[in-house]
Amino acid sequence: MHVEIKTTSVKPLRLTFGHLARRFGDKQATRYQEGTYDIQPGVNFHYKPLWDPEFNMYDRRRTAIVMKDWYALKDPRQYYYGNYTIARAKWQEAQERQIEFLEKRGLLFNLPVETREAITFSLVTLRHYEWGANTNNAHMSAYGWGTAITQATMMNCMDRLGIAQHLSKIGLLIDGNSGKSLVTAKRFWMDAPEWQGMRHEMENMFVTRDWFELFVAQNLVADGLVYPLFFQQLDSQMAALDGSFLSLIADFPLRWYDESGKWVDSVIKVAAAESEQNQKLLSEWVAKWRAAHAAALTKIADRVMGKHAGQAVASVLDVFDARCQKLGVARGSV
Amino acid sequence: MSATSSQPVFIALQTNNDTLSLIEAILYDNPEATIEEYPAMVRIVAPGRLVVRRASVEERIGRDFDLREIQINTISIAGEVDETEDEFTLCWKL
Repeated sequence: MHVEIKTTSVKPLRLTFGHLARRFGDKQATRYQEGTYDIQPGVNFHYKPLWDPEFNMYDRRRTAIVMKDWYALKDPRQYYYGNYTIARAKWQEAQERQIEFLEKRGLLFNLPVETREAITFSLVTLRHYEWGANTNNAHMSAYGWGTAITQATMMNCMDRLGIAQHLSKIGLLIDGNSGKSLVTAKRFWMDAPEWQGMRHEMENMFVTRDWFELFVAQNLVADGLVYPLFFQQLDSQMAALDGSFLSLIADFPLRWYDESGKWVDSVIKVAAAESEQNQKLLSEWVAKWRAAHAAALTKIADRVMGKHAGQAVASVLDVFDARCQKLGVARGSV
Repeated sequence: MSATSSQPVFIALQTNNDTLSLIEAILYDNPEATIEEYPAMVRIVAPGRLVVRRASVEERIGRDFDLREIQINTISIAGEVDETEDEFTLCWKL
């Protein structure tokens, strides 16, 4: 018998969903596109939320920023649930190995008392900042418009919990797992006069209703100043005093800051380029929150960095201003 | 650069979520290339030379890309391979 092997290919009638085909044409869509575009309901909201009857469940009017298409604020990292969790699991693994390295050798526990106190005062206390940032990003996720931005803020929200845990872990390494440093750090956050400025600004952010303003205040301005100051400036200063292994602690937060910074930059850039009103609004918000956060941070820097504080804060602000200039939201660019 | 022939070279890739942007990048960087679609596979054929650029792929997938990741989804290639950190090139050397 003669057997003939043939491949038969069937051409599919459609390569993707209708709503994606309308945006990108009928070609195979990426997982990110499938999991992002037009996922959030946009019409037919039958019931007003009882807790906020002025607005619909999802409502574009919850921010003063106006976008023709909110899905233009896409995430350059193209994170959807799957690849986001995989990427974070990888980091977590690497992080655990570094912590284990520090723990086995007792590198933090054996530091001089003053250094340990300085770390508790600065880095461990920062976990309360991270918790605040978590809450703020939860607000953006709840009240934002469009899955493109709200899913990314939700991931940011989870990232902040991870970083807060990382900072707590540092506290436990310092105090030999007794938890004493965490109690002390909470007291610093609540009572230390140097921290009150930042706590005050954090609470100001908690009551900021406009979610896009909150995005600017937290993810662009506050992070843009806090991370370089604590994890670059402070870290290199401590490294000079106590051995560079302290940089192991800062590695993970800095890596995260670099990565999420790309997303924040792209969101701000696109929103500012959309219209002059947006750009004006964003620049005003940047100026307002930059002043507030910079003043609050200077007080902490003065305490933990002593005579180097002025220079450190100035260089952080320089970098931040250059970044805003590039994004088109610096004061001069209006 | 040494002389090369214009005999066709090709790379055959699996079609999946990971190669979507890779294929897009290759077609963008090689305007002379033609794409042949098969079930679960594409074959990209180019006269003489075909190049995969890391920067183009990274731009499309939004993360760092190691050109060696191509191997995971490669079914077959024709041509001599010239590989650097930034470019993966197929050509026939004379």
